[in-house]
Amino acid sequence: MMLSVNDINVYYGAIHALKGVSFHVDEGEVVSLIGANGAGKTTAMHTVSGLLRSRTGDIAFLGQSIAKTEPHKIVRMGLAQVPEGRRVFASLSVQENLEMGAFIRSGKDRAGIGDDLEMVFTRFPRLRERRRQQAGTLSGGEQQMLAIGRALMSRPKMLLLDEPSMGLSPILVQEIFDCIEEVKKGGTTVLLVEQNAKMALSISDRAYVLETGMVVLEGKAADLLDNEQVRRAYLGG
Amino acid sequence: MDFITQLLNGLGLGSIYALIALGYSMVYGIVQLINFAHGDIIMVGGYAIYVVLVMAGMPLWLAVLAPLVVCGLAGMLIERLAYQRLLTHNAERISLLITALGVSIFLQNLFMILFGSETKTMSPLFGSDSFALGGLSVTSATLINIVVSVVMMVMLQLLVNKTKIGKAMQATSEDAGAAKLMGINTKRIILLTFAVGSILAGVGAVLYINTYQQIRPTMGNLLGLKAFVAAVLGGIGSIPGAMLGGYLLGVLEQLTKAYITSEVTDAVVFAILIVVLLVRPAGLMGKNRKEKV
Repeated sequence: MMLSVNDINVYYGAIHALKGVSFHVDEGEVVSLIGANGAGKTTAMHTVSGLLRSRTGDIAFLGQSIAKTEPHKIVRMGLAQVPEGRRVFASLSVQENLEMGAFIRSGKDRAGIGDDLEMVFTRFPRLRERRRQQAGTLSGGEQQMLAIGRALMSRPKMLLLDEPSMGLSPILVQEIFDCIEEVKKGGTTVLLVEQNAKMALSISDRAYVLETGMVVLEGKAADLLDNEQVRRAYLGG
Repeated sequence: MDFITQLLNGLGLGSIYALIALGYSMVYGIVQLINFAHGDIIMVGGYAIYVVLVMAGMPLWLAVLAPLVVCGLAGMLIERLAYQRLLTHNAERISLLITALGVSIFLQNLFMILFGSETKTMSPLFGSDSFALGGLSVTSATLINIVVSVVMMVMLQLLVNKTKIGKAMQATSEDAGAAKLMGINTKRIILLTFAVGSILAGVGAVLYINTYQQIRPTMGNLLGLKAFVAAVLGGIGSIPGAMLGGYLLGVLEQLTKAYITSEVTDAVVFAILIVVLLVRPAGLMGKNRKEKV
């Protein structure tokens, strides 16, 4: 098992945001957390990456507990995150953003980093055209590509993606999801948080449905797509 | 001719402000803290020179090196002991500010106990020659100040814009959460930023003593405040802005001294602060930062 999250409870002050949430992701899988705004999806993701802490339970990555590990060390273990809202470094250039993604890699690995830069530029040719441009000047879609490329630069074993489709046009959403499928084919495990349940389920192996901080449903993505409850609540009938 | 001499003297004085302003600006850029103890770091550097050169009678190169090391370590120690816990727990800005004032008062009193409260004088570190430059008479201190401050700014720009660590500083300054997700140890980056800012203050201490030859435990108050005004004037958070602000302030102060009266220089300095805050709160080269969500 790649990632196992077991009975986490996360609070924002007095607000109980996650109530005993458990889920797991096996190696090579794409797993989605779907649910409405405020259901706790992003909270769950930030708890996995160490930006938030759970009061109970445990989180294990590759069999090792990371519940108390600092975020930057979790990244070094091979868990990269594409945060909600992209959060690219606006004043750094596109290429510098990608280099920051490779921060954990040794300076001696210059050739490897160069190859991976090339790989990102091949996947997203628009980033190559704008490599010297400040990231803040990119469009939303380009910033999302940059955020994904940046996370891939650390050569993660597992990629967390938080609302990659948010605010993007349908064509760009398709492009981003095609990219996620490519990432999966490349052998990287993916945990995806999405409000766009239909898209998320269409590329996932399994999914968990979160409602008000609890997992209310889980199963194979194909089964959830047919599930009456899910159809009504998240897929528009 | 006299005007140009005054201009050069002003730049020399401004160089010291500029070096100190860089420290304010760097620290503000990365943790949005106005480190009011920063002025006192120069005082610490001044006493480091005094101890090494006057009390221990060691060679000059050690007296120049000592404040850089001592200030750098003091900056890191202050960050670690006074600010780090507050920063990790996302404390209110006001708590940080009050802590900074507390550190400032602590340092001043500590040095009063250690060395007494009286002013101590030293001789200029690098002699007191004057040069005739095409009819102008310029002191060596003025030239040294200008050259050293420019070299320091260039080195700092290279550090921040060309090295991996410098880019990590920029990333942390812009979005510490996202920087952590890149595997950047932001705590260490913040510590390093305090070290670099404090080392620059150490350089400022060397220049200050070479120019004014005196130290006292409260010397950091006015010096720090003026450098803070310089940082705000140039646009706090901006490296070239801090330099520009420092030079401008030094020149204005010198011209006021020369052509109006030295009694109103401080009034002029703080009037500038008020005008800048009213007219252009982001400073001359400052960016209007978007509030982070």
